Amino acid sequence: MLNRFLKKLAGTAAAVALTAMALAAPGAATAKTDLTMYYPVAVGGPLTSIIDGMVADFMKENPDVNVKAIYAGNYNDARIKALAALKSGQPAQLSVMFSIDLYELIEQDAIVAFDDVVKTDADKAWLKSFYPTLMENGTTAGKTWGIPFQRSTIVMYYNKDAFRAAGLDPEKAPATWQELVAAGKKLTKADGSQWGVMIPSTGYPYWMFGALAMQNGQTLMNGAGNATYFDAPATVEALQFWKDLGEKYGVMPKGTIEWGTLRKNFLEGKTAIMWHSTGNLTKVKTNAKFDFGVAMLPASKRRGTPTGGGNFYIFKKTTPEERVAAMKLIKFMTSPERSAEWSMKTGYMGISPASYQTQKLQDYVKGFPYAAVARDQLEFATAELSTFQTGRVRKALDDAIQAALTGAKSPAEALGEAQATATRLLKPYK
Amino acid sequence: MTVSRDLMRHVHGWLLLTPAAILLIAFTHYPMVATLIDSFYSKGSAIRPSRFVGLGNYDSMMADPIFWKVLVNNMWFALGTIPVSIALAISMAMLVNQTLPGRSFLRMAYFTPTILPMIAVANIWLFFYSPYIGLIDQIAGWFGLPGHNWLGDPDTVLPAIIVMTIWKEAGFFMIFYLAALQHIPPELREAARLEGATRWYFFRRVLFPLLMPTTLFVLINAVLNSFKLVDHLFVLTKGGPDNASNLLLYYIFESAFSYFDTNYAATLTVVLLALLAVMALAQFFVLDRRIHYR
Repeated sequence: MLNRFLKKLAGTAAAVALTAMALAAPGAATAKTDLTMYYPVAVGGPLTSIIDGMVADFMKENPDVNVKAIYAGNYNDARIKALAALKSGQPAQLSVMFSIDLYELIEQDAIVAFDDVVKTDADKAWLKSFYPTLMENGTTAGKTWGIPFQRSTIVMYYNKDAFRAAGLDPEKAPATWQELVAAGKKLTKADGSQWGVMIPSTGYPYWMFGALAMQNGQTLMNGAGNATYFDAPATVEALQFWKDLGEKYGVMPKGTIEWGTLRKNFLEGKTAIMWHSTGNLTKVKTNAKFDFGVAMLPASKRRGTPTGGGNFYIFKKTTPEERVAAMKLIKFMTSPERSAEWSMKTGYMGISPASYQTQKLQDYVKGFPYAAVARDQLEFATAELSTFQTGRVRKALDDAIQAALTGAKSPAEALGEAQATATRLLKPYK
Repeated sequence: MTVSRDLMRHVHGWLLLTPAAILLIAFTHYPMVATLIDSFYSKGSAIRPSRFVGLGNYDSMMADPIFWKVLVNNMWFALGTIPVSIALAISMAMLVNQTLPGRSFLRMAYFTPTILPMIAVANIWLFFYSPYIGLIDQIAGWFGLPGHNWLGDPDTVLPAIIVMTIWKEAGFFMIFYLAALQHIPPELREAARLEGATRWYFFRRVLFPLLMPTTLFVLINAVLNSFKLVDHLFVLTKGGPDNASNLLLYYIFESAFSYFDTNYAATLTVVLLALLAVMALAQFFVLDRRIHYR
C-alpha cells in the first residue's frame, strides 16, 4: 500500500519535473540577466539623461542583459539607498558611489574585489588600463574594489580680463604659492569689490585642503586607510598658508567661503581666481561673460590636487551570471569611446589614456584646451581623503579647518585635536 | 444579558480604536522603544557585530564636545526664534485684522514664506547672505558699509539662521492668531473704550489673555519646530563653520547617515525625545493652569 503510494508519488514528481523542465527550457534559451544599478549625480546639468542614454545603448548591444539604472540623489543618498537595499534583501548588483566610500563598503562586507571577478588575462589587462592615480581611491589591501567613472580634480579658474586690468599676463596663471599671493595682491581691490582668490571652505573643506597639503609635499592618510597625518608639520604649514591668504596677505575674504555660491562669485567678478572642481567647467564655459582661463593648482614644494568623484562597485550578494553581466556593463561604460563622450558632455575627465586618444576627445581638446587641464594635472594628483570611519575622520578635519580659518583656534592646535580624534577612531583598525 | 451587552459595547469600542492604535503603535511607539533599545548597543558592521554596551553610548555622548555644542546652539536657536516670531505673529495678525486697503494682499504676503518649502527658502537666503554678491551686502554697499561673510563667521552664522527661521515661521503663526482675533467679540473693545482704557491696556489686560489658548498652541509648535526644523542647514551651512550652526537633529542625521553609527544616533534621539517630552509636559501643566478658556 505504502509502496504503491510512494511509487505513484515518485511518478508524479518525475512528471512534474519533466513538465517544469519542458516549460523552463525555452525560457532558459532567452534568459535575461537583470541588473539594478544606482548612480548619483553631484553636479548640475542633465546628467541623468546622459546616463540613461548610455545604458540604453548598452542594452541594444547586449540584448541578454536588462539594466535598471536608478538615479539615487547625491553621493550620500546613493550610499544610503544602496546599503539600505542591501539590508532589505533586494540589493542592486552594481552601483556608482563616492570613491571614498570604499572602506565603509568593505567594513559592511558589501562589495566584492574586481580581482575576484576578473578571469581572463584580457580582463586583468583592462584593470590596468586606467590612470593609476584614479585607481588609488579604489584599491586597498592589495586589491581593486572600484573602477573609475565620474572623476574630477580641483583646478584653478581665473578671470583673464581681471588679470589684464591688474597688469598681469593673462596667459600666465600663478604657478607657485608666492605667485598666487603676489597676483592676489594686485587683483584685490581695496573697496572689497574684487578679491584676489577664493578657496571654498564649506561643503568639502577636506578636499581643498588635500590639495594644499599635497602641494606642500604631504598626503593626509596612508594607503591602508588606518592612519592620518593631520598634525604633520607640512600639513600645519598648509593650513597656515590657507589662513594667511585671508589674514596676513588679505587677498581672500576672512572666515569660511561658501562652496555653493562660489561659482556665482567668480562669474560676477567678485573674485579673480577660484579653486573648484573640474565638474564646473562646462557651466563656467557657458555662463562666463568674460575671458576666463583654467590652470593647474599652484605649487609650494610641488604641484598637487586630490582626485574626486565616483567609482563603479560590484556588490557581494550577486550570482556569477550577474557578476559577468555587471562586468560587461562596467566595461561598456568605461570604454574609451564612452568615457570621451561622458567627459565632453559633463566636464568630468576621461578615465583612461585611451579615452584621450579617441578622435572626438582629441578634436574637443584642440578646440577647448582647458578640457585637458585636469588630465595633465593627474600626474601630480593623489587620493582623496578616505579612511575607515571616514565620515567621522573627515568631519574632524573639516571642523579643524573651519576653526582655523575663522580664527577660533590656531592651525597647529586645531589640527592636533583632529589628529587625536582620528587616531582614537582608527585604533581598532591597526 | 447585561453583561454580554456591556461586553459587546467594550468590544465595539476597542474595534473602533484598533486602526488608529495599530498605526500609532507601528509608527510611533514601536520606533520609540526600538530607538531606546538600539541606544544600548554598539555600532555594528559585517566584520564586528553589534553588542550590548549598556550606557556606553551615553558615556561617550557626555564626553562628546560636539554634542554639548549642538545642545547649546539649539537652546540659543529656540530662544532666538520663539519669542520674536510669536511677537511678530501677533503684531502682523492685529495689523491685517483691521480694515485697511489691500488687506488680503497683505495677508497673503505675510503667509507666503510659510507656503515655500524650507529648502527653497534656504536657497534664496543663501544668496541673501552671500558675501559681496548677496542682497544684504549689496544694500549695505549703498550706505558705504563693508561686506560681511554672514554664514562664514561663527559669530554671525547662528543669528543669521535665526533671522531666516523667524521670517519663515512668523507668517504661519499669524494665521492662528488671526483666526483667534476674529473670534473675539467687538463689544469688548467698545466696552474698554467707554471705560477709557488705552489701546495698550486693552491689549495687555483683555486681548492677550484671550489669545492665551492660541499662544499655548503656537508655543508648543514653535518649540517643536525649533528642534525639528533642520532642512535649511543642509543648504546653508551643513552645521559649519566648526559646528557653530549645528543643531541636535542635524547632528543625529550626520551620525546616522554620514558616520553610519545608527546606535549613537539612537542615543542622541533618546535625548531629543526626552527633551521634547519634558518641554511639552511643562508647557501643558504650568501654562495651562494660567490660561483662561472661554
